[in-house]
Amino acid sequence: MIPINLIQSTAETLMDKAAIEIPQDYLDGLQEASRTEDGDLSSFVLKAMLENYEAAKEDRRAMCGDTGVPRWFVKMGNEARVEGGMIALEAALRRATASATNGVPLRPNRVHPLWRTDHNNNVGIGAPEIEYGFEPEGEWVDLITVHKGGLFGSDYRMLFPSDGVQGIKRFYLDSLLAFGKRGLACQPAIIGIGLGGSKDICMNLGKRASTLRIVGSQNSDPEIAKMEAEFKELGNSIGMGAMGFVGKNMVIDCNIEVGYCHTGGMPMSVHAFCLSSRRAVARIHADGRVEHRTDPDWFTPYQRRETIDWEPVREAAE
Amino acid sequence: MSIREVRLSTTPSQEAINDLRLGDIVYLDGLMYTAREGVYMRALEDKANIPMELPSQSAANFHCSPAARINEDGTFDMGAVTATASFRFAKWLPEWMAKTGAKLIVGKGGMTSKDYKEYFVPNCAIYLSTVGYGTGALLGRGVESVEAVHWNEELGIAQAMWVLKCNKMGPFIVASDMNGDCLFERENAKIAENVARVYEGTKPATLKRYGESDDRTDEVI
Repeated sequence: MIPINLIQSTAETLMDKAAIEIPQDYLDGLQEASRTEDGDLSSFVLKAMLENYEAAKEDRRAMCGDTGVPRWFVKMGNEARVEGGMIALEAALRRATASATNGVPLRPNRVHPLWRTDHNNNVGIGAPEIEYGFEPEGEWVDLITVHKGGLFGSDYRMLFPSDGVQGIKRFYLDSLLAFGKRGLACQPAIIGIGLGGSKDICMNLGKRASTLRIVGSQNSDPEIAKMEAEFKELGNSIGMGAMGFVGKNMVIDCNIEVGYCHTGGMPMSVHAFCLSSRRAVARIHADGRVEHRTDPDWFTPYQRRETIDWEPVREAAE
Repeated sequence: MSIREVRLSTTPSQEAINDLRLGDIVYLDGLMYTAREGVYMRALEDKANIPMELPSQSAANFHCSPAARINEDGTFDMGAVTATASFRFAKWLPEWMAKTGAKLIVGKGGMTSKDYKEYFVPNCAIYLSTVGYGTGALLGRGVESVEAVHWNEELGIAQAMWVLKCNKMGPFIVASDMNGDCLFERENAKIAENVARVYEGTKPATLKRYGESDDRTDEVI
């Protein structure tokens, strides 16, 4: 049984880490981009961002003034139990979100869409979002927080089988150009592409591809992994860099996730996880141990399963 | 091309503004206030009295909501500071400039050269863009103190009018000049030359949508 106080205190730590510490995989990617960038203004921007991450850690202040919209992904091993159940867990995550908003401080970004009511704590109707995943074994709970920023950089298009890969490329480029100009997408970014699902799931897949997979990761389908590499290269060949200035670093990595869709369609979404790719993860074990990391490791074989029943033996043999 | 760095007052002289070139890096000294849709609507549509002497106290309008806290004793803790996209505020800016004498509009992403020519240049104002985006921690370091927070009760922390004392606050990039030229449009034009090549072989969507542009030299704003 995992104590509820431990859930809340860990969640508060994660809120702080996500807002302040750039994840190492993204930092490595941006440092590499900074080494290769030859556009004078783009290069200046990347160097300023690298300084900014240092300043944030030194001062323990948020790396960006727009601290995004806090969201939670909770993943549980099948045997995990939480003191007070899932209602208590949700309350603990809402309390941690509110207290970190005042504590770090974060920007109180969450308002009512019509009445613009702001509780100054990033909590409200449907906020923070809490999404769930499960794994076949384990007594642990993974808490993952993502503070994705920005009003720009995400888009959806209903494609059809006849559009093919060239149609996918077109929409990908359209999204990068539309939101890359003036740097509205706060690139270079981790670009997530969702393919398939229904419209809502398609958006969800793309968002998770950008926020729950780290730089350097690959889809387990080798053909999709090839597309990821090709799309990264394509995005970086536009000639656009940070802030939409002339440059060659637009995409730190491109992650593609798929889900089965309607036989007549091929829905696609594009998402950009920005220069402040805020994510933090902790695994809380039943014995009270807490392990912090920055890789959500969300897309396991179980999450990508295709079969009716979970057949780990057959999967392992492949 | 070497990048030029400039220290600029938030109540700048006309000569200092005339001297700025697209792509210069600017660091600000003096008082700067945040104002975005909440402040614009309250001051311009609801006709509330602006609680500052403008532009004598400050001619710098920051499109920003800070990551900040107002403590119970009334003091402030300023964390990170970055800008929000400015093009959404074009509706209010001409009237705001006329009313407040703002000379420096500081935000994210700039405006169009049409905006610059129509009302920035006639008001002797230029646009400064934040860098990144966003260098929130670096800009936070440049805030020496919070002088006041106006209209917090009416508008909330994110939309309130924060008055920031800046000490070498930056970096910012000069994104418009006294010709009304636009840094981002200049860069767009350079990139446009390559766009046809990267699109080669790709396929237009079978299903069209109303309201879309299909001209990649266009912008979506």
